[in-house]
Amino acid sequence: MVLEKYKNLLKNYLQSKDETALYRADQFSKQSLQQEISPDEIVQIHIDAMQDLYPDLPEDMRLSLHFLLETMISYGIAHHEFRALREKQLELKYEIEVAANMQNTLLNTVIPDVEELDIGAVSVAAQQMNGDYYHFIQDHRNVGVAVADVIGKGIPAALCMSMIKYALDTYPDNLSSPKTILKLLNRVVERNVEPGMFITMFYGFYNDEDHSFHYASAGHEPGLFYDASSDSFEKMETKGIVLGVEENTSYQQYSKILSVGDMIILFTDGVTECRRGDQFIQTEEILDIIKQYIHMSAQEIVDHVYRYFERLQDFDLRDDFTLIILRRNS
Amino acid sequence: MMSKHFQSCIPIQKEWDIVAARQQGRDIAKKIGFGSVDQARIATAISELARNIYLYANKGQICFDYLEDMEHKGIKILALDEGPGISDISKVMEDGYTTSGGLGAGLPGIKRLMDHFDIDSEEGKGTEVIIEKWLR
Repeated sequence: MVLEKYKNLLKNYLQSKDETALYRADQFSKQSLQQEISPDEIVQIHIDAMQDLYPDLPEDMRLSLHFLLETMISYGIAHHEFRALREKQLELKYEIEVAANMQNTLLNTVIPDVEELDIGAVSVAAQQMNGDYYHFIQDHRNVGVAVADVIGKGIPAALCMSMIKYALDTYPDNLSSPKTILKLLNRVVERNVEPGMFITMFYGFYNDEDHSFHYASAGHEPGLFYDASSDSFEKMETKGIVLGVEENTSYQQYSKILSVGDMIILFTDGVTECRRGDQFIQTEEILDIIKQYIHMSAQEIVDHVYRYFERLQDFDLRDDFTLIILRRNS
Repeated sequence: MMSKHFQSCIPIQKEWDIVAARQQGRDIAKKIGFGSVDQARIATAISELARNIYLYANKGQICFDYLEDMEHKGIKILALDEGPGISDISKVMEDGYTTSGGLGAGLPGIKRLMDHFDIDSEEGKGTEVIIEKWLR
């Protein structure tokens, strides 16, 4: 059946020698692929067709075609292997998708709706699963914010993040004390994560009454403080070792008072280590972009900054990217 | 020994013996009535098995037999060696994993060429592979 079809197409081409016939060969090739006919089988079909069309094919020609068939056998095997591997890859991809969805459900966080703060957040995974993590806690009119980054990315990093979230959930009484939160989490990470895996984390707590923002950092990328009155940015330098290295570590706590219009800008190294070609971008560039959109809402700012950096990296993120802005509204 | 039940055997020691095994297999396949593609596939499978013996076991044999039931005919091939054996058979049966550095069909390739494939191996004792192909 396939042979008959091929024979007709070949005959047609030998007579007409035109592009239409070659186009048909192209179609035939695609159909054969769908029917899982391997390259060596095509050669066999060609041989059979030639023998039908030219019963007096010279012996040398006949043998040479057979020789060609022998050299194609390994390509046939490789073809079948490729198909099997592709199926397996699709299966894996599907499984990772399921895991990524589950991660989203597990790590789901809602941006607090409080009068005084305008909050925006964006977090995008470089691969299917995100190794960055942010979490908001609303405590009456106060807001807790956590940003963490596992060194490494992909599935192991993502798994690690669920642990941070659930540990955080178990300390409701300490949420207003960033240094205590980090100290407690450090112990959890140190006990449960294999050596060589580290987590950087920033935790801050905004107090609605005195407009203070208390924070502590475990080796995390320093955040930025935007002073609206002077229209200037300031790095929120902190000290503190990454989570999971030393069992008993204390963290220093810092604080800022937010006036109306002031912003706290938090991110992961996926932002600061954005590259243009093979050069890291400068912090100033981040500030320039933020300034450009500063009249917008916090969510609009982070979305625009993300889109800018996405384009900068040719829409192919190298690292997970998380950016959060808290601005005092009133 | 397993090989006693087989019609004929070719000892594999030198690279040249691989060719002899291929020839024997192809002759039998032709006699049974296999077409050129199947003949070539059977020869390739034999090549692969014989090469494994030549490269990793130094010494072994490839044996051949005819298969026949009520409706079909087929060929049965045994590869036997007393080489180092395979410690993790599942691993070598995985696609993309070949001991010969990525070249050749590997065992999964052979399995795909055939209708039946069975392997038994013990570390330090040797490996035994049986393959069968039926004429359709």
